Amino acid sequence: MSPLLRDILFLALGVGLVLLALTLVGERLRARRTAPNAAVEVFMTRIDSWWAMVILFTLALILGRWAVVLLFAVASFAALREFYTYSSRSKADHLSLALAFYIILPAQFLFIALEWDRLAGVFIPVYAFLLLPLVSVLRGSHERFLSRVSETQWGLMICVFCLGHIPALMGLDLPETDGHASLLIAFLVLVVQTGDLVDFYAGRRIGRRRIVPDLSPKTWEGAGCGVLAAAVLGLALFWITPFGPLAAFVMAALASISGQAGNLVLRAIKRDRGLRDWSHLIPGQGGFLDQLDSVIFAAPAFFHLTRLWWLAT
Amino acid sequence: MDVRRPLLRLAARIAGQTIVLFARAITAVHADWRGVGPSARQRVYFANHVSNADMPMIWSVLPNAMRLRTRPVAAADYWLQSPWRAFAGRDVFRAVLIDRRPEARIDDPMVAILEALDQGASLILFPEGLRNQGPEPLKPFKAGLFNIAEARPDVELVPTWIANLNAVMPKGEVIPLPLMCRVIFGDPVARRPDEGRADFLTRAAAALLALNPGERA
Repeated sequence: MSPLLRDILFLALGVGLVLLALTLVGERLRARRTAPNAAVEVFMTRIDSWWAMVILFTLALILGRWAVVLLFAVASFAALREFYTYSSRSKADHLSLALAFYIILPAQFLFIALEWDRLAGVFIPVYAFLLLPLVSVLRGSHERFLSRVSETQWGLMICVFCLGHIPALMGLDLPETDGHASLLIAFLVLVVQTGDLVDFYAGRRIGRRRIVPDLSPKTWEGAGCGVLAAAVLGLALFWITPFGPLAAFVMAALASISGQAGNLVLRAIKRDRGLRDWSHLIPGQGGFLDQLDSVIFAAPAFFHLTRLWWLAT
Repeated sequence: MDVRRPLLRLAARIAGQTIVLFARAITAVHADWRGVGPSARQRVYFANHVSNADMPMIWSVLPNAMRLRTRPVAAADYWLQSPWRAFAGRDVFRAVLIDRRPEARIDDPMVAILEALDQGASLILFPEGLRNQGPEPLKPFKAGLFNIAEARPDVELVPTWIANLNAVMPKGEVIPLPLMCRVIFGDPVARRPDEGRADFLTRAAAALLALNPGERA
């Protein structure tokens, strides 16, 4: 067994045990009640979704880089669909949106799979940015033009460019990791999602001062606990990263901070559009964007910090 | 015995499942059972009609058992135009085909509709008649819905709004956009005693229009 496969399985086993414990807790809660309880059912649905995500993700890691890139390309497609369903558009944008879905998105993930880093870095922020408004303007409509093309570009930036940084972590050339770079993805997703969960539950218990009172129940106390929990988990997982214990602690904290920022920003967009969830596609969790908002924001920051860290040491 | 029948049925089933899968993969279409739940009751789902994909959408969100006994009411002149369409219309969707050109038809469309209801089928019906390609959200209803309400009062008439499908493929475009769609089922509309045709149709149209979530949904 290769060391990489051993580490993947070890990690999956650890996460699986945590989920198993949570499943057992849920089943006990279920058994103790005579009638189905809404909160328990929501909890169990979420755990089931987590099982599905962990299994899919582990399989992709075992199968290798193309499988991981494909998995995130599908997630990106679903996220972009959620975003564009509620974005400002008119009939004149039909072609540019079709290009975004059918050409730009697959191309970006192809560049990531092929490790064409330079092109992956400028393709959407430069080429798509200049091309798509042209496509829209040639269709001859200028009503709300700036908001339409801006929202089209924003969707691509968030759902394709930023999200693409997650699988792109595999392409980081870190000498000491000998193929372990794919575990950085597991590291990032685990610490950010744990930060979110702890923020949610700690915020309900001890949260007092809201960060943005009118928008989100997120509190400074909850967010602080979330960042701390993410950092501690990062420390515990330092063995799957190229970082030392302290660096893993700091990296996890920074990832969680930028993740929680993403949470707030995407919530503002949802609020503006009058949505509670982006969709119904992940049972108990809402849509792909609800699930991934924090990881999407954390990924580019984590990607570039890791690269900087490597250059500096 | 003709060996082609079972093969044709198999092909129709596979084609049907493919359509369901395709609709779900592209538009993530889902049912919003707002006024009624999924049930085995005999129903007529009456819906807004903006594109040819309307009927497959409703058909796709119905649970399997209900889909098997739900038949769309569709125009014979459209569905019998080519062998492929005839296969889709007759074998896959098992449409109740009616002739919508009053001057040319020999059979009364109501006869076919009532016959399908008497065989126990639920129906999908577009009471606007032709596709609505104008700016108003709903065109005036044709009389069919009233005739059904009068002739078969036990059948539930469920208003069914298909949201966002127009954005997936606006008129004149050829590439469908993968945007999310929703099929909203409202409270059933029953004919009140002595309610006239015009009043009933206006009320049914209002019940359907009330489900419209607006531009961005």
